Amino acid sequence: MYVVLFFIFAALCVAGALNLLLQRHPINSALSLIVVMVSLAVLYLLLGAEFLAAAQVIVYSGAIMVLFTFVIMLLNAGEEDRAKSTSRVASAAGFPGVVALVCLLSYVYLSEKVHLGTTALGDQLVSTSALARVLFRDLLLPFEVTSVLILIAILGAVALARKEQN
Amino acid sequence: MNPQLLRILPEVILTVTGVLIMLIDPIMPRAATRKSMGWLAVLGTLLALFASIQQLHLAPGTAYFNTVQTDAFSGFFHILIAGIVLTSLLVTLDTVTNDQENLGELFALTIFGAVGSMLMTSAVELLLIFIALEISSISSYILAGFRRHSAKGPESSIKYFLLGSFATAFFLYGIALVFGATGTTRIGLIAAQLPGSTTPLIATLGVGMILIGLGFKVSAAPFHVWTPDTYEGAPSPIVGMMSTAPKAAAFAVLLRILFVSFPTLYAHWQPLVWWMAVLSMTIGNLGALKQRNVKRMLAYSSIANAGYLLVGFTALSTDGVAAAAFYTVTYAAMNVGIFAVISHVGGYEDRLTTVQDYRGLGYRSPLMGGAMAFFLISLIGIPFTGGFFGKFYVFAAALHSGLVWLAIIGLINSGVAAFYYLRLLAAIYSKPSENMPLEQMPRIQISMLFALLLTVVSTLMLGIMPGRVLSAARAASLTFGIQGSSMTTAHPPMLDVETKATVVQ
Repeated sequence: MYVVLFFIFAALCVAGALNLLLQRHPINSALSLIVVMVSLAVLYLLLGAEFLAAAQVIVYSGAIMVLFTFVIMLLNAGEEDRAKSTSRVASAAGFPGVVALVCLLSYVYLSEKVHLGTTALGDQLVSTSALARVLFRDLLLPFEVTSVLILIAILGAVALARKEQN
Repeated sequence: MNPQLLRILPEVILTVTGVLIMLIDPIMPRAATRKSMGWLAVLGTLLALFASIQQLHLAPGTAYFNTVQTDAFSGFFHILIAGIVLTSLLVTLDTVTNDQENLGELFALTIFGAVGSMLMTSAVELLLIFIALEISSISSYILAGFRRHSAKGPESSIKYFLLGSFATAFFLYGIALVFGATGTTRIGLIAAQLPGSTTPLIATLGVGMILIGLGFKVSAAPFHVWTPDTYEGAPSPIVGMMSTAPKAAAFAVLLRILFVSFPTLYAHWQPLVWWMAVLSMTIGNLGALKQRNVKRMLAYSSIANAGYLLVGFTALSTDGVAAAAFYTVTYAAMNVGIFAVISHVGGYEDRLTTVQDYRGLGYRSPLMGGAMAFFLISLIGIPFTGGFFGKFYVFAAALHSGLVWLAIIGLINSGVAAFYYLRLLAAIYSKPSENMPLEQMPRIQISMLFALLLTVVSTLMLGIMPGRVLSAARAASLTFGIQGSSMTTAHPPMLDVETKATVVQ
């Protein structure tokens, strides 16, 4: 049951990610991103991380994607022009680079396979209270400092997007 | 005062200053100049500087559940970053006009960027380092695009932002892999967990990824491509800061991560850093030779300087760390200085761009021309300037560790570098031809005088009596407690060189 769910949503996730890259219209890409986010949330849930799954749906699929969609609508962005946007460097170095990276990662994971721990789908890996203890106790300072990060992001957005005064 | 708060006091002071600027700015009348905000920022930075000096008297220790640690190392970089930001604020105050748009935001972002850079040097938890790195980077991305009227400004910002986010992803993935292999993100605990890790290959891959992420931030080749475009488009006073403060912080993080967490993986990361150093020096210097634009030339020069600094990393010794720390100070002094001159004569909107534009600067403004010539001499690495000792200690550390080839490549590169610095130097002292755009030299304000005084004196002092800074750098490097136990077993010849070196001393 869990395995079937895993394969369905894993496939959906990968398909959504590929579709995101291949679509020409930004709104289609944004909608594919929602599929990716929701399938990821299901995968988290299968691993017993219910808080992470809920946060994933609320924050990413909810808030951030709504914002994305709004921005695309407001900008009235049309279909992208493929002909102009092909970069020779990207195809000559980028794609082989990505392939090399994926090969390296798969090699490392496969060669270390026996040493990596195992877990069954559906097991409770981490509880929400344990997560809260780490987030609000051990990592209190990083958590608080994040507010500075958000502050400068807002400040920067205002400074760069503001209309000229005169 | 709360003893925990004392350990993050400089950052707290700067954050409060930044928030104050943001609060006062909208209250001020629309037509009023925002330069007073700059002086407020200067005041906050001075207070943070004093707080950093006070931290040195504190017993080394950690706070907030072992996420930050103040010691000689963090103190060294805190004071350096505070000095850089202070000087850059003074330069900015001289360069901008009274009715400059977004001036309040410019000062606030500079201050918040300093918070991130400082926090990076005292953080001993990878997640905190990541957030501090993002604070420092995002404020740089925004500041790079502050010349909105010029097409180069947004180009600079967007290139920096896109490539920077990409590099950050690598850094984060590296942290995740290291966590996977060791089960911790505390820098000190990683070293203890690593020998018992059943998956050392994953940890090694993690180190590689972290190296890519930080290599981008310090503009080391082959992750340097953003540098020339970003420096060309960003306002000059910002470039002076951007090329030193966040880079010094990133180097500090790299030193901490490599030498505290992963000394046992030395055999794996040392070749990577070796190649990064060689590539950065060579690509940086050869690239600079071709440039006609002064800011682009200095961008390539900063890539080359990142290479010299990485030479200090390849020697796993206290000397190497001390040399690298000392080099960040000398590079900061001369680079902030030269960008102060460029900011003054070129202005916020870059009136002077090419080497030809600088012809006759020494005649039109003896002070500015003289200061620029002095910084160029220091960048070449002529004795009695900070640049000489910076290079000297770095290459000496490499030689002590038996890295002869690296030192030779570095010395050849310094020779190549002399060409393009001398070309600019010759332009400054050649007779200006008629109708050059240098006529309207702006008046030198008091803030610029202070900034020049600070940078010239520190560059000179670092070249004449580097003793105090060097002993501070040595004290900073001693906090790592590099024993050389596990790595020297992997490299028996190095043990001899190390012990010989200590015996000689």
